[in-house]
Amino acid sequence: MAVKAAEELDLSKIDKICEKYKGKKGSTIPVLQEVQQEYGYLSHEMLERIGDNLNMSPHQLYGVLSFYAQFYTTPRGKYVIRVCRGTACHVKGSGRISEVVKEEFGIGNGETTEDYGFTLEEVSCIGACGMAPVIMINDKTYGNLTPEKSREIFKDYAKKFKEEE
Amino acid sequence: MSAVKSDVIEVHVCTGTAGVASGAYEVMDAFNNVFKSKDVPAIVKERDCKVKKTGCRGLCERDVLVDIYLPGEEVVTYEHVTPDKVQTIVDEHIGGGEPVKKWAAKQSYYDFYKKQKRYVLKDCGVVDPEDIDDYIQLGGYEAIKKVLKEMSPEDVIEEVKKANLRGRGGGGFPTGLKWTFCRKSPGDHKYLICNADEGDPGAFMDRSIIEGNPHDVIEGMLIAAYAIGCNEGYIYCRAEYPLAIARVKKALKVAEERGYLGDNILGTDFSFTLHLKEGAGAFVCGEETALLASIEGERGMPRPRPPFPAVKGLWQKPTNVNNVETFANLPMIIKNGSEWYSNIGTEKSKGTKIFALSGKVKSTGLVEVPMGITVRELIFDVGGGIPKKRKFKAVQMGGPSGGCLPEELLDTPIDYDSLIAAGAMMGSGGVVVMDETNCMVNIAKFFLTFTQRESCGKCIPCRVGTKTMLEILERISAGKGREGDIDLLESLAEDIKISSLCGLGQTAPNPVLTTIRYFRDEYEKHIYEHKCPARECPDLIEFVVAEDRCKKCGICKKVCPVDAISWEKGKVAYIDKDKCVKCRECIVNCPFNAID
Repeated sequence: MAVKAAEELDLSKIDKICEKYKGKKGSTIPVLQEVQQEYGYLSHEMLERIGDNLNMSPHQLYGVLSFYAQFYTTPRGKYVIRVCRGTACHVKGSGRISEVVKEEFGIGNGETTEDYGFTLEEVSCIGACGMAPVIMINDKTYGNLTPEKSREIFKDYAKKFKEEE
Repeated sequence: MSAVKSDVIEVHVCTGTAGVASGAYEVMDAFNNVFKSKDVPAIVKERDCKVKKTGCRGLCERDVLVDIYLPGEEVVTYEHVTPDKVQTIVDEHIGGGEPVKKWAAKQSYYDFYKKQKRYVLKDCGVVDPEDIDDYIQLGGYEAIKKVLKEMSPEDVIEEVKKANLRGRGGGGFPTGLKWTFCRKSPGDHKYLICNADEGDPGAFMDRSIIEGNPHDVIEGMLIAAYAIGCNEGYIYCRAEYPLAIARVKKALKVAEERGYLGDNILGTDFSFTLHLKEGAGAFVCGEETALLASIEGERGMPRPRPPFPAVKGLWQKPTNVNNVETFANLPMIIKNGSEWYSNIGTEKSKGTKIFALSGKVKSTGLVEVPMGITVRELIFDVGGGIPKKRKFKAVQMGGPSGGCLPEELLDTPIDYDSLIAAGAMMGSGGVVVMDETNCMVNIAKFFLTFTQRESCGKCIPCRVGTKTMLEILERISAGKGREGDIDLLESLAEDIKISSLCGLGQTAPNPVLTTIRYFRDEYEKHIYEHKCPARECPDLIEFVVAEDRCKKCGICKKVCPVDAISWEKGKVAYIDKDKCVKCRECIVNCPFNAID
């Protein structure tokens, strides 16, 4: 799935999402979450559209989204690699796993490959410390890793992504 | 664990996050397929066979864990089950009556449970978390029935006070007393919040409880809501826990359908609506006032107290916030009575505490122990000690707010007050064990990196102070530490502790203070000798093979990702420093500690 250019996006889905939340208090974060779920990220245009619907300024919305780690303002890869950097993973060498991502895909924390295949995200703790070090690729968790085991997983995904494109 | 009474053959598969990651659903499918196939043993055909998904039972490291319940027989647990083992287990064990010994759990599995007292987690790993009837069958929702039928709100608060339950989120504030504040606070609309924003790195107790037994938490919330007089509530769960969120959603829906949530619960005039709020990735939202701001849809920044949430909380209404584990304690307190409950634990800390045991320990996972057990028992008896014959060095308790305890303090009893006296804290329950290859300056730097990044920036001591401390730690671990740096760290730490607005800043210096207190020599070696004794700070390692210790095995050559190591059979290895990228793979893997 190639990432669509911003001007090709149909933003009308935002109106539908906002409709559900109109008049409900505390809906800023759920609306942002749902819009991001739909488009993969949150652009300035999207914030304006949400703001029009909810009678809020885009700046107010930006203030909220920039506070939370799980909102993104640029498109992300089809596969998001989350490397857990929690304590248990840290003492078991998760720093090396991030380096392997860099070696395989050439991306650092928060970066996305040019073909929008992969994004690296170092996360605080995904709560699977019993099987540290752990990574997640989209919703799938892989545990008890070594740098070499993780390299094989990344290679498999790279192959998979190539075939899918 | 006891034998099953019914005539049904049950296969329980652990489907917590760790179980699922290890392939639990594939194992479940394999059992279902075998049970459906034509050439299944006769005994299976004659009886009902049920494959049931359960939550986390603790020893995540051995997943996928499977229990086989045969009528009239003791349960047999299998560890590391994969789909290809399923046919054999069905043929030989269920069909032939002989457990497959080579895959059955070994003694160390049972040792893990020997000193545990699983009360809160009693049904976690037994009950199907997505089946309300299973929960009800095990006595679920009996406590709220008892409360609504026989007890006044004051009775409930009194019972919780008598049980001496203290908040499990970390601070240890008496729960009954906290409720009284909110109950007495004037207002007709009050909120009850379940804090499931478990952000401490190294903690997964709340996730496991919610994934394993979500109705227990809902029932606990109902009891609290009735006692305080709350009519609306939220479970605030961090977004990093997709499985927990999915199970809460399901549980809320079905609890409402069955009349346990909503208007006129169980035909009484008690009404309680419960919503789920997903976090969006901000550690500070675990702080209760920040959490409230986040539910309101704002940046999750803490607010000064007073006014306390009990007076002006969510949308300015009286609000009570408790942690997941606190709620999960309530149904059993009501069912068994405060007297029973207060017999468990120590004089000042009652009941049990759930810990997430991880790091350099043989059995990693979720454990529940009575208060008062020592740290040593937790790590060596429950956790089985340190792997790879290495030496214990320190244990980090209480996450970024807690501290590192050295070997001399291993006999500290686990209760709120003893841990604080030792410089650590109960925290939410993360316990990360470290061995001799872990550097204490590095671990302090790790936590400061975390708190500095997660500081919301509202107050200066936390925002600038943690950054300054981090810069000092960074230069120490890079070999550029200066005379006086340790004193400077200590004085900054004290200032940040007393002047920060919320718990994040007030406790952020703890990991630094305790590592200095107990491992000062290690800081000094970094600063004055430019050496990292644990060989974890890359800038302070020479990457030279020590000829006298090298046993010429060649493992280092195999693991080096950049081919910087040359080795021939019978010869000492050699590291080419021009090629070496200082990744430490050789150091981590060398069985003889032969690389300096």
